[in-house]
Amino acid sequence: MRDLLLAGNLLHPLEIDVLSCNTWGMYGNDFPADDTAGGLLGEVEAAEMALRAAAERGRHGSAGADPAAYFAEVVAADQKVEPRDWMPEAYRATLIRQIAQHAHSEIIGMQPEGNWITRAPSLKRKAILLAKVQDEAGHGLYLYAAAETLGVSRDELVDLLLAGRQKYSSIFNYPTLSWADMGTIGWLVDGAAIVNQVPLCRCSYGPYARAMIRICKEESFHQRQGYEILHTLAHGTPAQREMAQDSVNRWWYPSLAMFGPPDTDSTHSAQSMAWKIKRFSNDELRQRFVDMCVGQAEVLGLTLPDPALRWNDERGAYDFTQPDYAELMRVIKGAGPCNRQRMEHRRRAHREGAWVRAAAAAYAAKQANKKEPAKQKEKVA
Amino acid sequence: MTAHAEQTAQAVPGAVQAVPEAGTDRFDFVLGLADDALVAAQRLAQWCTHGPEMEEDIALANIALDQLGAARLLLTYAGELEGAGRDEDALAYRRDDREFRNCLLVELPNGDFALTMAKLLFLAAYQVPLYTVLASCGDERLAEIGAKARKESAYHLDHASLWVRRLGDGTDESHRRMQAAVDEVWPYTHELLAPDPTAPIDPATLRVDFDSVVSGVLAEATLTVPETAWKPDGGRSGVHTEHLSYLLAELQVLHRAHPGASW
Ligand SMILES: [Fe+2]
Ligand SMILES: [Fe+2]
Repeated sequence: MRDLLLAGNLLHPLEIDVLSCNTWGMYGNDFPADDTAGGLLGEVEAAEMALRAAAERGRHGSAGADPAAYFAEVVAADQKVEPRDWMPEAYRATLIRQIAQHAHSEIIGMQPEGNWITRAPSLKRKAILLAKVQDEAGHGLYLYAAAETLGVSRDELVDLLLAGRQKYSSIFNYPTLSWADMGTIGWLVDGAAIVNQVPLCRCSYGPYARAMIRICKEESFHQRQGYEILHTLAHGTPAQREMAQDSVNRWWYPSLAMFGPPDTDSTHSAQSMAWKIKRFSNDELRQRFVDMCVGQAEVLGLTLPDPALRWNDERGAYDFTQPDYAELMRVIKGAGPCNRQRMEHRRRAHREGAWVRAAAAAYAAKQANKKEPAKQKEKVA
Repeated sequence: MTAHAEQTAQAVPGAVQAVPEAGTDRFDFVLGLADDALVAAQRLAQWCTHGPEMEEDIALANIALDQLGAARLLLTYAGELEGAGRDEDALAYRRDDREFRNCLLVELPNGDFALTMAKLLFLAAYQVPLYTVLASCGDERLAEIGAKARKESAYHLDHASLWVRRLGDGTDESHRRMQAAVDEVWPYTHELLAPDPTAPIDPATLRVDFDSVVSGVLAEATLTVPETAWKPDGGRSGVHTEHLSYLLAELQVLHRAHPGASW
């Protein structure tokens, strides 16, 4: 649990970590293995098998004289592009932007849940929540490592985040006002993240696909623990029930907005689809999420705050009210309730830690100097 | 207290040692260890998302989780020893500060990263030999808990030692901060090791281990132990600093707002 396996296995086509999710560890063996994410965990496993099969098949030929044609061939054959391969600059830039934004989201996303660790209402819940937030930090580091395989450093990416030049998911700009929000974030926010990320397990870029397989497995436990919190509240005292419903009311539409603007307005989609970075459109994923949540809300005994929500036989899917995309744009541009707070929190931690990082670097340099004379002697010999 | 002291002496064969009537009985002793771990966990958890680097957020959360895990086992056992039907949550959430038995060291505010590392170094240097003795004691439950917690505390000690060396022997600023932290926290170590011959394990017997580990780390870190005769105490008898009540207010607020609810 302590050993952070970072970049090493991202680079190896066949190595994906066995599950080391801390949230799962806190549950222990009494944790039921059913799949709240509506069969998505099965898709993660299928993606993992496909990835292994592709790696075992091996790629045909080599880049040779026409690397662009070879790249197209690899993508078309559902093989993985690896860090040392030639790739179009725009493909590289798109991946860096997307993976960095994902990494930043994991790190900033620790704040809204971190807000309740010290007030968790039982020691078991405190342990699970602490482990979950710790998992998110691990996801962040893992994704920064994936981005680094594309030739950018984590420090550069963190600087871009702190300078406000790269984004993180807008959902984390909403406040966590009650304990029930720990349940709703797990159920809806981690749930939406899974729906978004499961297709990325088949992404054409190998290190990202492998990172997503591992992360999706952990996210499904996060979703499960959130669902369980809400279930307990919804079946608890009237005050707990009310807390749960209020929380779902506040998070439902922001969760729907996590899938991004509607397809008609989405700027990056078509090229990303062609490169097999993205495999489904924003609206397709949003629909899938809604269809997944309706039944679960019924089991919870909670109401999704959408009077227009109803089954459409013709489409074989639920009709629902779209989130307020004008609000999404405002929050993306910085006017959400917590944008300033989240950024200032991150900047302050970074700033206040500067002397510690400087000390670690100075100490390491001193230690290296102590070893240096020995090395020099070796060279002479 | 006398009544349950006798009860527990009968209930658990192979007691650590005979429990004298008016001394520190096993319930108090286990509760003290549990509260040390619980309060330390709460303080470390406050670091989450504030760490000086992302890896450190993960490491501090790990240590907090270890302390919390030990606290839960110890509180559960304390509740059983007491025999009054209190579980881990009843003990953690429904006692006031005057009923907490943790040492003062763990309740001190986090301060800067140097202060937190000084606190962790001293706590771990105390917990490692303590849990090691527990691991081979006659009380099966405590032995189990000790065996598990000892390994975790050894990691906490490694982690704190590494940082104390880095900060002590890093830059001028980090040296100044680390020395100030040691100066501030050092007086509180006396309470950890204050003799209590009536306790199942007399803390004074851990002093040799504690001193050798701590003096080694501080010397390597180019730090010195302050000269002071001040030895604040009172935690083990429930007379705390002003800080504990605030810490508990935060820890207990939600649980207490919904009496009888389950979570
Ligand atoms: Fe995550
Ligand atoms: Fe998550």
